[in-house]
Amino acid sequence: MNEAETKPRGIVWLYLIAALLSLIGLADSIYLTVEHLTGQTLRCTIISGCSEVLSSPYSHVGNVPLAALGAIAYFTVFDLSILAAFGYRFARPLVLALLALMFLMTLWLLYLQAFVIHHFCQYCLLSAAVTITLTAVALAGRSWKITD
Amino acid sequence: MKRSLPLLIIAAVLVAAVALTWILLRSSRPDQSSTNTSSSEGPNGAEPPHIRGNPKATVTLEEFGDFECPTCGTYAVELKKIEAEFGDRLRVIFREYPLYPTPHKHALIAAQAAEAAGLQDRFWEMHDKLYENQKAWSEATDVMPMFIDYARQIGLDIDRFGRELNGEIVATRITQDGIRAHARGVTGTPSFFVNGKALDAASFSPDGLRALINQSLRGNSTP
Repeated sequence: MNEAETKPRGIVWLYLIAALLSLIGLADSIYLTVEHLTGQTLRCTIISGCSEVLSSPYSHVGNVPLAALGAIAYFTVFDLSILAAFGYRFARPLVLALLALMFLMTLWLLYLQAFVIHHFCQYCLLSAAVTITLTAVALAGRSWKITD
Repeated sequence: MKRSLPLLIIAAVLVAAVALTWILLRSSRPDQSSTNTSSSEGPNGAEPPHIRGNPKATVTLEEFGDFECPTCGTYAVELKKIEAEFGDRLRVIFREYPLYPTPHKHALIAAQAAEAAGLQDRFWEMHDKLYENQKAWSEATDVMPMFIDYARQIGLDIDRFGRELNGEIVATRITQDGIRAHARGVTGTPSFFVNGKALDAASFSPDGLRALINQSLRGNSTP
């Protein structure tokens, strides 16, 4: 655990921002998971197209809701960001790798909503916005590191 | 202390996440059970209602549906199985709850088409046509040619169908069903009530519906 090191203050703040953003994604994913498990999202409501999206074949992997996998991913991003903010070097490449995976997944899910399912779910869009922002923050941190 | 701080933060968030999940799971139940009111309460909805099955059945399953809702389409198939299983003991009532204009831009005109067919005693035939072909017309820009084709297939007077689809009787029926839906606390489709008792979120499945029907049958058989 001696890996912890002193980091420039700006980098620390970027990882803390990433941790906070991932909490938004975590709460959103937990909400969607519960809605899925209780059957609420299977119904159509006036406020969203979530029923179309979340009752589609793309909403789960086997019996596991995709939202639950999202919750795990956001929790992992939070953990790694906190560790990175406290100077644990091993966490930094892991955050980037995980966010790259989540970013690609987000693009795929946006494509499915726009061109296959033809409906958008606002909670899924919130998750997409969080992931895209997280990726931008991570890239900012990476370029900061390069110029540091 | 500083070295254990990140682990403490992570542990705290994990506990908060579990607590949030538990709270959301708990809160999803009372909201639904609060809609468990008697079917005799509140406004009646459109009269006469669209009934399938034995009109004098001891158990009434009332559905608030939207023809463009994919889940309603799935349940339309499931309901036919359930109707076959329970036979004369069950009657099904369909009420309009089109989620128009969002998320379903054709939901209202579809409801109008079904109600207009109902004025020629072909409501259930149009109901089935709309659900069977839901994917095709819900993605179309102009649905009317398709609906007229369905009307022709089920033997409607096309001129009358076109005239009544935009008429006052159809509009009033849809409005009356909507008033009943709001009185019952309906917020989405499909919403099911069995002898006035709502199918709650935790039981929302075809088997949950069967269990609720069986519960009502048992309730009716006890003195």
